[in-house]
Amino acid sequence: MTLHHDTHPAPAPAPAPEGVAGPATAAPASSSAAPPDATAAARLSGGGLTLAYDRRVVAEGLDVAVPDGSFTVIVGPNACGKSTLLRALARILKPSAGAVVLDGRPIAGWPAKKLARTLGLLPQTSIAPEGISVADLVARGRYPHQGLLRQWSREDERVVTESMEATGVAELADRAVDELSGGQRQRVWIAMALAQQTPLLLLDEPTTYLDIAHQIEVLDLCARLHEEGRTVVAVLHDLNHASRYATHLIAMRDGRIVAEGEPGAVVTAELVEDVFGLPCQVIDCPETGTPLVVPAARRRAP
Amino acid sequence: MSRSPRAAVLRTPAGLSLRFRPRALAVAAVCLVVALGTGVLLIGSGDFPMSPADVVRTLAGQGSPADSVIVNEIRLPRVVTALAVGAALGLAGAIFQSLVRNPLGSPDILGFTQGAGTGVLTVIVLFGGGSAAAAAGAAGGGLATGLVVWAVAGRHGAHGQRLVLVGIGVAAILTGVNGYLLTQAQIVDAARAVLWLTGSLDGRDWADSAPLLIALAVLGPLVLVGCGRALRMLELGDDAAHALGVPIERARLILLGAAVLLTSFAAAAAGPVSFVALTAPQLARRLTRTPGPNLLPAACMGAALLVAADWAAQRAFTGHQLPVGVVTGLLGGGYLVWLLVTERKTGRI
Repeated sequence: MTLHHDTHPAPAPAPAPEGVAGPATAAPASSSAAPPDATAAARLSGGGLTLAYDRRVVAEGLDVAVPDGSFTVIVGPNACGKSTLLRALARILKPSAGAVVLDGRPIAGWPAKKLARTLGLLPQTSIAPEGISVADLVARGRYPHQGLLRQWSREDERVVTESMEATGVAELADRAVDELSGGQRQRVWIAMALAQQTPLLLLDEPTTYLDIAHQIEVLDLCARLHEEGRTVVAVLHDLNHASRYATHLIAMRDGRIVAEGEPGAVVTAELVEDVFGLPCQVIDCPETGTPLVVPAARRRAP
Repeated sequence: MSRSPRAAVLRTPAGLSLRFRPRALAVAAVCLVVALGTGVLLIGSGDFPMSPADVVRTLAGQGSPADSVIVNEIRLPRVVTALAVGAALGLAGAIFQSLVRNPLGSPDILGFTQGAGTGVLTVIVLFGGGSAAAAAGAAGGGLATGLVVWAVAGRHGAHGQRLVLVGIGVAAILTGVNGYLLTQAQIVDAARAVLWLTGSLDGRDWADSAPLLIALAVLGPLVLVGCGRALRMLELGDDAAHALGVPIERARLILLGAAVLLTSFAAAAAGPVSFVALTAPQLARRLTRTPGPNLLPAACMGAALLVAADWAAQRAFTGHQLPVGVVTGLLGGGYLVWLLVTERKTGRI
């Protein structure tokens, strides 16, 4: 049941992206405990990013690199700019300064379909057309591989079947998407992103609105996709989930990267207090040994 | 909800592949046959009745000279105009409804029909122009309204609820303007203008339908072949379409532009025939049971609806012809109410 990657060889080793940093200085951006050589090897990185909606600036002078082959998770309080950063990495949001670089070339210059064969995105909100079946929705993930005269090859058929099997929705293939439960629906959307066969996969809050069992189910699936060789980047709300699944954690606050690195090294009581303003203890998770955040008990009113 | 019918695939050894829905194609074909068949009936009816066989023979160029004049010079232009207006409105309606993801996203509601009306009233009332000028006014008014709605809704907002709300606002303003222009008109001009505003196919000749036929010939293939698949992806939401490699702003601009042009030229040819753009895509979807914009079935359904409405307008009340817009308005309004009632029953609104 493994998914084979289509052949998308990275065009030559990616050169270091420092050269493309925008005019904005990157001075306060990362006081990071980052792995030192992460930027040098990264296929996907951003330099000197200023991110804004209309005139509201969300982040300034942001430098970020997604280590190749990592399961990178971006965490931070609400409105810290983590989804905005993900949208910039996926080229949905155009930075007002700086540039996102993919495989050594500014992402702004990539042809749309070529980009969609390299970088997949599961958006926070998507709309399933009324009455569409699971198989039809997953099949739409093949769009970047298709053309006017190549609308449905055997390869398309095979990949769609494999994507549905890999996400456990194969037996739902003929069901209408609007009849499914939230967890099933999210797996269908992930299957669609899988059918794109991209070596990089970005997920914007894939567990929101799911109950705890479905959250774990979706995250386990993401971890498996990562183990199969993809670089996965996810925005998550739950710090404990992030610590458990991430191989690389990026903690953001007020549009800045406060810390990044391996969860075991990054997640400390001081950091959680600093980033979320939450007094807590950090203990080892009895199940996985990863950091587990236990919020401090409320003090009884005197 | 019934299952959507399966897709069929044609593959050649050279690696070409085409994917289509047999059911959607069948619906389109049936609508087309109904449209053409009703067209033949229409040509055969009137003060000088002809049998369908005679009509077909004359159309093929083997009729008597007298028949040929009646068919080719007088009655065919009207039927061709009806077919083209219906197809254009069905196609434009399907594009609008898909782009705004709302069954109410039709040019009647988004203000383009009212804009075409303003253009015509301006020409007739302020400049006393003839029918050619009125047609130009309709096209100009529709296009200008399209630009205004586009500018107000904004580059990123030209979809969904925002476009509907802006369109409703613009439609309300233009309805007021149209009312004002009518009060300023001479009584003869006002009567002409009102007849035009109802939507009518009386006395259409080739000159009336030529601009629309050209627009259909250019924009139809562009939309059906060039943008149809991108439009299907846009229905998943902007972010998902973007992630799948659709250049969303360019695709949307082309599609909206094509839909506005089709609506405007249709209004120029036959007046603002109401409700066809609203009902044709909905009926087509219910018959094809296929998600997606259903562009081709909607266009064929529009053609069938409009020719059938024209037939009813001419024949329903003996000795009393109605403008086709009255019939589509009555049928379309009834259909809209039915739609609201059934959607309410299924709990969707």
